[in-house]
Amino acid sequence: MINYIIQRILAAIPVMGFVALFVFLMLRLTPGDPAAIIAGDTATPEQLERIRDALGLNDPLHVQFITWIGNLLQGDFGTSVISGKPVIELIEARMEPTISLALTTITLSVLIAVPLGVIAAWKHGTLIDRFVMLLSVLGFSIPVFVIGYLMISFFAMQLGWFPVQGFRPIGDGLGEFLHRIALPTFTLTLLYIALIARITRTSMLEILGDDYIRTARAKGLPEARVLTRHALRNCSVPIITVIGIGFALIISGVVVTESVFNLPGLGRLTVDAVLARDYPVIQAVILLASLIYVVVNLLIDIAYVLLDPRIRYS
Amino acid sequence: MTDQTTVAPAAAQPSALSKIREIVFSSPIVFIATAILTVIVLAAIFAPIVSPHDPVRLTPSQRLKPPSEVYWLGTDAFGRDLFSRIVYGGRISLVVGVGAAVFAVIAGLILGLMAGYIRWLDAVLMRMVDGLMAIPNILLAIAIVSLWGAGLWTVLIAITIPEVPRVVRLVRSVVLSAREEPYVEAAIAAGSSTFLIMRRHLLPNTIAPLIIQGTYICASAILVEAILSFLGAGISPETPSWGNIMAEGRIYFQINPGIVLWPGLVVSVAILAINLLGDAVRDALDPRMAKRGIDR
Repeated sequence: MINYIIQRILAAIPVMGFVALFVFLMLRLTPGDPAAIIAGDTATPEQLERIRDALGLNDPLHVQFITWIGNLLQGDFGTSVISGKPVIELIEARMEPTISLALTTITLSVLIAVPLGVIAAWKHGTLIDRFVMLLSVLGFSIPVFVIGYLMISFFAMQLGWFPVQGFRPIGDGLGEFLHRIALPTFTLTLLYIALIARITRTSMLEILGDDYIRTARAKGLPEARVLTRHALRNCSVPIITVIGIGFALIISGVVVTESVFNLPGLGRLTVDAVLARDYPVIQAVILLASLIYVVVNLLIDIAYVLLDPRIRYS
Repeated sequence: MTDQTTVAPAAAQPSALSKIREIVFSSPIVFIATAILTVIVLAAIFAPIVSPHDPVRLTPSQRLKPPSEVYWLGTDAFGRDLFSRIVYGGRISLVVGVGAAVFAVIAGLILGLMAGYIRWLDAVLMRMVDGLMAIPNILLAIAIVSLWGAGLWTVLIAITIPEVPRVVRLVRSVVLSAREEPYVEAAIAAGSSTFLIMRRHLLPNTIAPLIIQGTYICASAILVEAILSFLGAGISPETPSWGNIMAEGRIYFQINPGIVLWPGLVVSVAILAINLLGDAVRDALDPRMAKRGIDR
């Protein structure tokens, strides 16, 4: 098993390497002078020179790449072209709202979606099942920001239950924190519920037809125990896989949701960076998001072995 | 050789038509979805006839008007007619949706066939695919748009690139299972060229899954275009798109929520209709896949 884990970690390295290469080439292979693209039309020659210098654009391509990777590995993500601050500091300052929103969303989605999927599969073909399927198609079809504005319009403006926007760190008290993060979480949850409920339903349906489920029922076990202990447990691998794959979806969703609810997180940082063409920031956020995605999926791969003893790896 | 290629499509045509009919009438929901999509597509094509006002003409005296007989859905902050802008906005969304689906399928098909059939390329291509899939699609798209500037082509490319890896994986998996089939082995034994095997024996297997995947890409591309425009990284507001109408309406949301909610409704309904149609196509073309519930 140790071998398997090491093998998986080694396999993740080329993936991250390609992400880095892609991000690197995206700026360098853009037609025209990258410095001018970043600085915009109003830049002075001194500003251009400063940007070229900051990004090392005067060196040959392979030297640039090696220096850049070297810096990344030492935690140096470059300097923001706009504020002149190290990118890593900007990112650190904006981590909390993003991580909070991602965690509350995943928690709430799993708590709602897994039971929904189980019930839909159990009551296969009934109204409940159709409702879950409808909900999941809706989740994939309505843009996150439309849901966000509907939430604001109904729960914040008409009912006045929640504030329209803003964020309070958890350090200011749990109540305040939850009150402010509730609407963004509800907004983002629908998409994630759609994803998880669908896969839970599908894998439960497959497993509920298996012989050992019939055996469990035949020996008179309560239905709830059959569903949770026998069936759901064996669905854990696909469900966890989809949570991992959905992680990229959540990062994208967080960017949009933060924008709607004016949360000072990484998403807002990225959008502001795009508007100001602050490429070092955009690049760092992409690298970070991809790294998180790769690590989460790596952990999930490792979790398979622990969750499902039937899976053996050499 | 030549008469074979001309005969095959002619023989397939009536069955394709009846298949389409079968899909459209498979359930009332699918029929409604098709009808709605038809209306949206026709409205976009005939936008100059359908829309009662010029979508870009500024009428400062008519700012932020509520719905009336003159302005069916009201006006935006510049006094432009919201209904006309939504009708014209459909053009961008549909071009982006269909364009992204076509380009992603073509690129994914070529790369996927290569990955599935040429062993040494497989490892390299699949690492690249894994890498691309690790980058969240919205982040990748806004990075491309921020570098290349926000034109229609840039937006289209920015939306297409993140969709390609999934098509590559799909095609590759189809090819990998098909090449174990006896008829492919027979073709190899008979000395067919690699190109011929790909075209004759592997390509046909990929058509059904690709049509299905194409509809989902179309829906997803319309969604991402709306998100990009909404974040300010999309097509510039002089050309109305569903996303940038909403983006402009954001600051007036408390005064006239309709500027955000009407295009939001239209874009949601359009994507929903395409997704439902995609599910119906999947059920009709590949019942096995439907049973396993594998999609997206």
